[in-house]
Amino acid sequence: MEQEAYEREALTYDVVVVGAGPAGLAAALELIGGDDAASESPTVCVLEKGASVGAHLISGAAIDPRGLDDLLPEWAEQGAPLRVRATEDSLHYLTSKRAVRLPTPPQMDNRGSYVGSLGELGQWLAEQAEAAGVEIYPGFPAAEVLYDESGAVCGVATPDMGRRADGTPGPGFEPGVEVRARQTGFAEGAHGSLTQQVIERFGLRRDAQPQTYGLGLKEIWEVDPQRHAPGQVAHTIGWPLDQFTYGGSFLYHLDPRRVAIGLVVGLDYQNPYLSPFEEFQRLKTHPTIRPLLEGGRRIGYGARVLPEGGWQSLPRLSFPGGVLAGDAAGFVNVPRIKGIHTAIKSGMLAAEAVRTVLQAGGNEADDLDQRVGASWLRDELHPVRNIRPAFRWGLLPALAYSAMDTYLLRGRAPWTLGHEPDHQRLQPAARARRKVYPRPDGQLTFDRTASVFLSGTHHEEGQPCHLVLGDPGLATRVNWAVYDGPETRYCPAGVYDYERDADGQPRLRIDAINCLHCKACDIKDPPQNIRWVVPQGGDGPNYQGM
Amino acid sequence: MKILVTAKRVIDSTVRVRVRSDGTGVDTANAKMAMNPFDETAVEEAVRLREAGTASEVLAVTLGDAGSEEVLRTALAFGADRALRVESDDPLEPLAVSRALAALVEREQPDLVLMGKQAIDDDSNQVGQMLAQHLGWGQATFACAVRAEGEELQVTREVDGGRRTVAVRLPAVVTTELDLNQPRYIKLPNIMKAKKKHIDRVALADLGVNAAPRLEVLGVAEPPPRASGERVASVAELVERLKNDAQVI
Ligand SMILES: Cc1cc2nc3c(=O)[nH]c(=O)nc-3n(C[C@H](O)[C@H](O)[C@@H](O)COP(=O)(O)OP(=O)(O)OC[C@H]3O[C@@H](n4cnc5c(N)ncnc54)[C@H](O)[C@@H]3O)c2cc1C
Ligand SMILES: Cc1cc2nc3c(=O)[nH]c(=O)nc-3n(C[C@H](O)[C@H](O)[C@H](O)COP(=O)(O)OP(=O)(O)OC[C@H]3O[C@@H](n4cnc5c(N)ncnc54)[C@H](O)[C@@H]3O)c2cc1C
Ligand code: SF4
Repeated sequence: MEQEAYEREALTYDVVVVGAGPAGLAAALELIGGDDAASESPTVCVLEKGASVGAHLISGAAIDPRGLDDLLPEWAEQGAPLRVRATEDSLHYLTSKRAVRLPTPPQMDNRGSYVGSLGELGQWLAEQAEAAGVEIYPGFPAAEVLYDESGAVCGVATPDMGRRADGTPGPGFEPGVEVRARQTGFAEGAHGSLTQQVIERFGLRRDAQPQTYGLGLKEIWEVDPQRHAPGQVAHTIGWPLDQFTYGGSFLYHLDPRRVAIGLVVGLDYQNPYLSPFEEFQRLKTHPTIRPLLEGGRRIGYGARVLPEGGWQSLPRLSFPGGVLAGDAAGFVNVPRIKGIHTAIKSGMLAAEAVRTVLQAGGNEADDLDQRVGASWLRDELHPVRNIRPAFRWGLLPALAYSAMDTYLLRGRAPWTLGHEPDHQRLQPAARARRKVYPRPDGQLTFDRTASVFLSGTHHEEGQPCHLVLGDPGLATRVNWAVYDGPETRYCPAGVYDYERDADGQPRLRIDAINCLHCKACDIKDPPQNIRWVVPQGGDGPNYQGM
Repeated sequence: MKILVTAKRVIDSTVRVRVRSDGTGVDTANAKMAMNPFDETAVEEAVRLREAGTASEVLAVTLGDAGSEEVLRTALAFGADRALRVESDDPLEPLAVSRALAALVEREQPDLVLMGKQAIDDDSNQVGQMLAQHLGWGQATFACAVRAEGEELQVTREVDGGRRTVAVRLPAVVTTELDLNQPRYIKLPNIMKAKKKHIDRVALADLGVNAAPRLEVLGVAEPPPRASGERVASVAELVERLKNDAQVI
């Protein structure tokens, strides 16, 4: 949609950070606080698309304190919401009836971690940052990257508010605002809508593997205190997923009485009939999980993708006018399903590099890759880089390979396995096995509608659709005809559905109002025809303690 | 004309409110808070009256703890000229709120008090009416249109099955319906400016108000869950089920 040019107000900061997640908030804190008293702190503004900090944050979460130790060594005294230490850790291989205990690989051991909520941690970090002088504006997404005459990034713009569905200005129309800065930090989390544009424009992935993702679905339950063991951490692999679909579950006992349960499914899955949502619902019916949840109450639901490409998929982290940090770049330790501590550390390193540029002049923090290479991020991520791609060969060969890679080679294999983009992985429906999932019982298992309701997601009606089809006909010709509409199954919010138009032709219907901002469609859509753009400010999920 | 407009901090309307498992109230931990939507309408109307030149000053008032100053920042970003918080860490009942507002009106001498018709947390719909009584002022509740005519306000009210326009002499209390206006999108620069503005504070005790609770909540419960829908195979089956199972036809 081409839009008329409007006079937009412009604001100026030294640094604007896009995204108030652990990466963005750590970067902001480090920019302002990592101060040798002599030099003046830069002015820092953080834009966040959620209506409040934490509203769009979702994680497990078993949190390795290493990132916080570096960022705010006094975090415990300062009241960080990491209160429950992981006490027990187990890994099981599930069949439909049984659970076989596997040895916990050293890199997966969670003792020393804390179980908690990323949303709460984000709110706390935001308080610390605001107290230190960072300006944080929730409800104001970055919708557009601004470039100067030299082609360098010079800030971002917030979206227009009050446009009608057809894009024309409505009665309350309010144009967006330009937030200009010497350096822009992109900390949008996995598959950020602006990050993707910047990676493309500056060719940041030239020397990197494609990124690959997992879709994580999560619920929070309030359970019988008798069955609740604060600090208990459990992971499973195997059932309900088949041998060729990468994924696994996590189950964390938080406090008080709350249990976080989730399933991560590799988006490189091949069967278009697979439904991550329904696999997750099925997981809860396993004989070893059902008794924990039965009689309890589900109080939260959400979904979000996480990057799984690992070290070899990290793009170049700097470009003229800006840097990348956290999941936006892809700093997740996949075997550990942990990206919070690495997001914090990468945000800090990005901030250090940016400060150097601000002080010394120049427009690119081009030593950022080196700083990361010299930090513990490399020590942690490089050795485990081959474990995730090995799962292409199937679960058992991958487990064997992982054991060899971990215990014999100790991560020092002289090779690095590559990835294929997730959208190229689906098989045509004609060659795939149909899957039939059990109906939800309304007690332990639920449908998408009831689940989305719990996420509190909301989008003001009447605005332009934030899920943009490049060519609406392509959905029918390719998605429907070849893959039997996979978006109706992978979308965890039931946003996509096919209906018949007046001529009896299938047509893709998009209920954008339910979107959880997980980004799976932008990643998995086979013809790459669906583009996720930011909706009006403050729209999207309203997660509580996710 | 000087306007006093009230703004209460409530759990955001998009949050799925949960009753605490012990049934003593709703779970507010980590819940997103926002300005009561009816109060947004009232603040918007007050600012429009000032922008139109009808009013000269808009004072936004809240009663609550330090966190509730957030809604005053929002009111300032809307365009209110001043903001004042009556400090109280305890939840207040409508009678106490209305008494405190009455005392504040004595100090501030506004010509018009604009307020939401109800707050979406407790849905009492009482404060405006009680305040008018304390002050001995006229009141126009459930306003869906407000027009100033000299010393008078013409207020169109939402009533059962239609609308009724009344004239009230100033000073008066007006409570708002949601369709009075469409609150504006707040601009980022206005939020930035509002962050830096001063907020006046008055201790509840200094207003000489007896705020002792007079009500006791015996229990809070969630409505029963809605039974999930069912798909029927044919129209005939639908009619059959509506007749025999649902017994509605
Ligand atoms: C089921 C139920 C029944 C009840 N029945 C009664 C009853 O019969 N009688 C009774 O007296 N109480 C009753 N209560 C209790 C009482 O309503 C609550 O204790 C009270 O706190 C609710 O106030 P409110 O905010 O809803 O006021 P409302 O009258 O709904 O508020 C109207 C307007 O007042 C203004 N306002 C209110 N509080 C503030 C504030 N802190 N700061 C700024 N402006 C404010 C706002 O502009 C708001 O839009 C009942 C409660 C329940 C749950
Ligand atoms: C289901 C699941 C379970 C996980 N479990 C764990 C675990 O147990 N332990 C662990 O350490 N890690 C875990 N992770 C990974 C971890 O959550 C992430 O690695 C981490 O949150 C990344 O932090 P981030 O700041 O880079 O991005 P995010 O946490 O995604 O934060 C990005 C922020 O930017 C905002 N944003 C995005 N785009 C824009 C825009 N255009 N404008 C304004 N704001 C924007 C978003 O709303 C969000 O608030 C899990 C992830 C998932 C999905
Ligand atoms: S529409 Fe796309 S981004 Fe939104 S919930 Fe569905 S898959 Fe996720």
